[in-house]
Amino acid sequence: MTRFAIGIDLGTTHCALAVAPLDEGASGPEVLPVPQLVARGQLEERSLLPSFLYFAHASEGPQALPWDAHRSFVVGEGARSRAADAPARVIASAKSWLSHPTVDRRAGILPLGAPEDVEKISPVEASWRYLEHLSEAFDARFGGSGSSLAAQDVVVTVPASFDASARELTVEAALAAGIEKPTLLEEPQAALYAWLLAAGDAWREQLHPGDVVLVVDVGGGTSDFSAIHVVDDRGSLELVRVAVGDHILLGGDNMDLALSHLVRQKIEADGKTLDRAQQTGLVHACRSAKERLLSDSSLDAVPVAVASRGSALLGSTVRTELTRAEVTDALVEGFFPVVASDARPTTRARAALTQLGLPYASDPAVTRHLASFLTRQAGALGGSGGGRAPKVLHPTAILFNGGVMKADALRARIVSTLDAWLEADGAPPVRVLEGADLDLAVARGACSYGLVRRGRGVRIRGGTARAYYVGIESAVPAVPGVEPPVSAMCVAPFGMEEGTAAKLPPHELGVVVGEPVRFRFFGSTVRREDSAGAMVDDWKPDELQELPPIEVTLPAEGRRDGDVVPVRLRSSVTEVGTLLLEAEPLRPLEAGERWRVELSVRG
Amino acid sequence: MADEELSFISRLWFAWVCYFRVLFDGGFAARAWAAREAKALPAPAAAPLPIHATATDATSALQLLSLLQREGRLVDFLQQDVATFSDTDVAAAARVVHEGCRKALRAHVTVVPVSTEDEGARVTLEVGFDADRFKLVGDVKGEPPYTGALRHRGWRVAEIDLPRLVGEHDTRVLAPAEVELG
Repeated sequence: MTRFAIGIDLGTTHCALAVAPLDEGASGPEVLPVPQLVARGQLEERSLLPSFLYFAHASEGPQALPWDAHRSFVVGEGARSRAADAPARVIASAKSWLSHPTVDRRAGILPLGAPEDVEKISPVEASWRYLEHLSEAFDARFGGSGSSLAAQDVVVTVPASFDASARELTVEAALAAGIEKPTLLEEPQAALYAWLLAAGDAWREQLHPGDVVLVVDVGGGTSDFSAIHVVDDRGSLELVRVAVGDHILLGGDNMDLALSHLVRQKIEADGKTLDRAQQTGLVHACRSAKERLLSDSSLDAVPVAVASRGSALLGSTVRTELTRAEVTDALVEGFFPVVASDARPTTRARAALTQLGLPYASDPAVTRHLASFLTRQAGALGGSGGGRAPKVLHPTAILFNGGVMKADALRARIVSTLDAWLEADGAPPVRVLEGADLDLAVARGACSYGLVRRGRGVRIRGGTARAYYVGIESAVPAVPGVEPPVSAMCVAPFGMEEGTAAKLPPHELGVVVGEPVRFRFFGSTVRREDSAGAMVDDWKPDELQELPPIEVTLPAEGRRDGDVVPVRLRSSVTEVGTLLLEAEPLRPLEAGERWRVELSVRG
Repeated sequence: MADEELSFISRLWFAWVCYFRVLFDGGFAARAWAAREAKALPAPAAAPLPIHATATDATSALQLLSLLQREGRLVDFLQQDVATFSDTDVAAAARVVHEGCRKALRAHVTVVPVSTEDEGARVTLEVGFDADRFKLVGDVKGEPPYTGALRHRGWRVAEIDLPRLVGEHDTRVLAPAEVELG
C-alpha cells in the first residue's frame, strides 16, 4: 500500500533516497541509510550510494547482499573503489551516457572496453541497477510492513537539461527497477523544494512577487541552471520555472582531475613518478586538500601525501603541498573566471573520427556557461514593458546546489560575477538563499515534492522545459550536394503542463505502412511563442538543437505494405512527466486509431 | 547422588564393609565418627566469587584493523620500523595514516571525552562515582568525595557502527595480497 512519499536523486556520481510518511502531521523527509558493499564481504550503511557498478570476476565469488546471496555485481562504494584498481570492469557516469545524443542508449555498451567475460549493459540498465539497489535497500528497511517501494509514490530527479528522450529513458529504468508509479522532477526544482521545506512558512518573507530565483547546481559530473519566477496569482504566491540551461558535462570531477594534474606535475618535476593507483590516490588527496583550502581562508597551503602501492609506507610516500594560490588559479580562475556577460563558451571543433566517449563540455568555465544561459534567456519573463531590452535575465536571488558549491570561494565568485553583469545592466545585486546540505538537498526536495503533489505545500509549475519540433523536408528539386531545406513543425509548445495534450493541424506527414519511418527531431529552450503546429523555416544556429530522431511504425493490418498513410501528430505530457508523441491517421480504420512515436531511437 | 537414599541391599552390603573397615582402618573410623556427628565434612574456606571473564570474539577487532588498514594503511605503518627513516619520511607517511584513519574512525566510531572539563581544572568526584570512567592517580587514599586536577579527559565510545559481514570470508585477512595482471 502507498504509505510513503519517496524522493530519489539519481545522480551522475551519487544517488540518495529520502522518505517521508504520507500521514498528515508526520515528520518530514529523512534520508535512508543505504546498505552497500564497501569492500569484499563488508556491508555498510551510507547516506550516499555512489553511482558505480562493478562486474565482479568469476574468481571473486558471489558479491552477497543481505537480500541476495548470489549477486555477481556490486553497486555503490565497493564498486567505486574498484574503479581505481580494475577500471575496465566498472561503469561510471551512466547518467551522462543516458543523455548521450548519438549512441543507442538501450544497447549494451558499458563499461567501455570491458573484458570479454563481462556482459555489457546499456546506460538504461545501469540506471535501473542503481534504482533497484535503492529499492531493495528501502524494502529491507520498510518492506516488512507490506510497503515495498514498488507501491509508493516515487519521485526520481533528472537534470533540467535532460531532453524528452533522456527523461523517457529514466522512466524506463525506473519501471524496470519495479517502481510502479514514478514521477520525474528536475533537480534544480528539487533543490528549491528542499529550500522551501527548510524555510517553512518563512519562505514568503524571503521571496516576493517578481523575484527570479537562479538555481546553480554544479554536481560531480554536470552543471545545470534553472530560473524560477515568483508570481502573484490572485493574492497567493506561485512559483513558475521559466528557463532551463543546456546539458553541460562539467562538474566537480573535472575540477579534482585538474588539480591532481597540477600536483602531479609538481611531483614529477621533483623527479618522482606515480603509478596508476597513486594517481587515483592523488585525486582523492587533492579533493580533500581543496575542500580545506576553499572553506578555511586562514590556510595558505595544505600538505598532500600519497602512499605507495606496496606495503612499505615509510620512505615511499610522496609528499607535496597544494597552495592557496594554486587552487585559486586552477579552480577559481580556471573554472569560474571573471567574464563579461557577453562571454560565450568556446566550442572546439570535434575531430572527424572522435573516439566513442562522453561529450564533455569543451569550455571548463562555468561562468561562461552561466553567461550564455542568462543571455539566451534574457527574454524568459516575457515583454519587459518597453524600455531597453535587458542583455541578460535578471535573477534577484540565487540558490546553490551540488557538492562543488559547498566551497565558499566558488560561491562568492559566482555571486560577484553575476552582480557585475547585473550592475552593467542596471539591475540590483542578487540575494543568496541559504541552502541546507548540498549533497542531499535534491533527494529531500524530491521527497517533499511527493508530499506537495498530495496538496501539502506550494508547487513549482513549469511544464516542458523545451518546445519540440519535427523536421519536415521541403519538396524541392534535388540538387547534388545540397541538402533539401528543412522546416521545423512545432509538435509540443514550451511549457506544456503534465496531463495536457496538443493536437496538431493536419500536415502532410506521410508514413509508409509496415516499415519504420524516422523524422528529424529538434528541441528549443528559447522559443516560447511557437504554438503546436507552427512552422519554423529559419532559425539561428543556437535556437534549435537537433535531438536523436523519432520513429513511427504503422502496422500493416488492414492496409497494404508500402502504402503511404497521411498522419497527424498528437503530443501530450504524461502525469509521469514525459513527452508522449502519437501518430493519428487522417482516415482511421477504426475510431481512436493511434500509434506511439518512439523517441530516442538510435542516432 | 549424595542426597539419594541407598537401597536396602546396598545398605546391608555397606554395613558389612564398614564393620571390617572400622575395625582395621583407623582413618576410616575417624571419618565415619565425624559423619555420625551430622556435621558432614567441613565446608572448604569461602572461595573467591568466580567472575565471568568474557572471552572476546576477535571478529570485530579484525574488522576494525582491516578498516584502518584499508582507509589509512595503519597496519603497513605499524609493521615498518620507524627508526631507520628520517622525520620527513615519517611525517609524510603519518599524514596518509592520520587522514585515512581519522576518516575511518569518524565514520564508524563516535568518540567523546569522558570529562568535559579542561585538562588541569579542579574536579570533584562524588560518592559512588563511576570507577570505569574515572581513575584516581597520585596519592590515592581516603574516602570520596575526592577533589583533584584533571590530568587526562579520557575517551569513551558513544556509538560504534562497524560494517556488517556478509557471506563467508576469512576475516583474518586484513588486506589481501594484490596481484596485477596484464
